[in-house]
Amino acid sequence: MNPALTLATAARVLRQVRTDRRTIALIVVVPCVLIGLLAWMFSGTPVFDRTGAAILGIFPMTVLFVVTSVATLRERQSGTLERLLTTPLGKGDFMLGYAVAFAVLGTLQALVATAFAVWVCGLDVAGPLWLLVVVAVVDALLGSALGLLASAFARTEFQAVQFMPAFIFPQFLLCGLFIARDQMPDVLHWVSNVLPLSYAVDAMKTITTETDPYGTVGADLAVVGGFIVLALALASLTLSRRSR
Amino acid sequence: MMNNAEGSAVVIAGLRVLRGRHLVLPDLSLHLPAGQVVGLLGPSGSGKTTLMRAIVGVQVIEGGTVTVLGHPAGSASLRREVGYVTQSPSVYGDLSVRDNIRYFGRVVGLTGAALTEAVDRTLVEVDLTRHADQLVQDLSGGQESRVSLAAALVGRPTLLVLDEPTVGLDPVLRRDLWALFRRLADAGHSLIVSSHVMDEASRCDRLVLLREGVVLADLTPDELLARTHTTDPDAAFLALVDAAQRSQEAAS
Repeated sequence: MNPALTLATAARVLRQVRTDRRTIALIVVVPCVLIGLLAWMFSGTPVFDRTGAAILGIFPMTVLFVVTSVATLRERQSGTLERLLTTPLGKGDFMLGYAVAFAVLGTLQALVATAFAVWVCGLDVAGPLWLLVVVAVVDALLGSALGLLASAFARTEFQAVQFMPAFIFPQFLLCGLFIARDQMPDVLHWVSNVLPLSYAVDAMKTITTETDPYGTVGADLAVVGGFIVLALALASLTLSRRSR
Repeated sequence: MMNNAEGSAVVIAGLRVLRGRHLVLPDLSLHLPAGQVVGLLGPSGSGKTTLMRAIVGVQVIEGGTVTVLGHPAGSASLRREVGYVTQSPSVYGDLSVRDNIRYFGRVVGLTGAALTEAVDRTLVEVDLTRHADQLVQDLSGGQESRVSLAAALVGRPTLLVLDEPTVGLDPVLRRDLWALFRRLADAGHSLIVSSHVMDEASRCDRLVLLREGVVLADLTPDELLARTHTTDPDAAFLALVDAAQRSQEAAS
C-alpha cells in the first residue's frame, strides 16, 4: 500500500469520468428530478418529510454501485487490471483509488441533491444539514465498495447491470422506506438488521427528526463503515496476480 | 536497473502449463541471455503467449521453475524491472495518450520532472507526440497498440516482454521500433519479442522457435539459416517443422 499510488489511481479514474460528461450530468441531475417528483406527488401530505431523507441515502449507493461495477469490469476485460497487477501498484491501492474517486463523485451528488431537497422541495430537517451530506457520502462509498465486489462475479456488462436488482433491491425493500423495520415479520426484521442500507436510512431518518442526532448517527455510520471495509477486503481477495 | 551479470535474463526449467484442459507447455526448459533481443517465433497456438505470461509471472503454472533476473517470476522485487505488453492493447480508451503514459509511469514510481521527461521521451519513441492529447479511443488500432507499448517503455524496465508489438504497423514504423529495440538492448536491457512474421527474425540476436509448446530450435539467425540450408527465415522454419515431424514419425 502506497498513498501516493492510491491518489494517482483516484486521479486517473476521475480523469476518465471527466471525459464522460453525460454520466456526470446523469449522476447529478437524476436524483434531483426524482426527489422533485416525490415531493410533488406527496405535496400537501407529511409523506415527503418522512421519506425524502431516506431517498437521499439510497441514491448515492445505487448509482455508485452501478458506475463502479461497470468501471471495474471494464478494467478487468480490457487487460489494464492484469497489467497494473504486474506493476508495484498494490491491490489495496487499486481498490482505495476507486473508492476515493467515487467518494468525490458521491460528494458532488450529495451536495446538489441535499440542497435541492431542502431548499427547492422544502424538506424539513431538524438536525444539521451537513450531517445529511456526510451520511450520503458514506452511502456512496458503500455503493462503490459493493460494486467493486460484485464486479468480480460478473463476466459481462449485462450481468454487472443485473447485479443492481440482485444486490441493491432487497436492501431497498427492507431498509424501512416502505414500512418501519420493527413492524416487519420477525424474519425480515432480522434480515434487515444485517443489510447495510438499513443503517444508512436509519441515520438519515434520525437526522430529519432529532436536533441532536450525533450519537445515534455515529453508531449507524460505524456499522456502515464496517460493511465498507468488509466489502473492500473481500473484493481485494478477488484480485489475483496470477490467472489460468 | 538490476544486475544482469549472470548472463541469463530468464532461466526456465521443466515448465509445465495447462490452460483449461489443454497442455500448452508440456515440459519446457530454456535460457534466455541478458542484454539481447530474443525473438520468440512460432505459429499461432504454439504457446508463445503462455510462455511470456509465465515469464512475467501472471500465469498459473503446474510445475517447473521460471527465474527472471535471479528471482522467481512474479516476485514483488521484479514488478519495477519487468515490463509486459499484451497482444491486444491494454490502455484506457477514455484517457488521452499522455495521461495513459503518465499513469503507467506513475505506478512504477516516476514522479515530478523525471516523470514528465520520461513521458515526453516515450511519446517520441513511439511517434505519438502529435497525438499526445487525443483520447486513445479516437486513435487507429496501430496507434493504440503503440500507446500500450509506450506504457511499458516509460519505466525503462530491465526486461521487456512484448507480445507481437509490431502487428498492424506500417513498414516505416516497424523499422523504427526494431531500431528502438536494438538501442535498448545495446544499453543493457533484455527484450523478448514474439512474432509470427518470420522476416522480423533476422533483426533478433537470438531466436527461439516454438511449435505445439516444444522448443524446436534455440539459436542465432545465422545458425538457423546455416542449419536448414535456406536463405530466408520462412523457409528455415518450414524446414525445421518438417524435420521435427519426420523424427516424430520415425519414433512412433
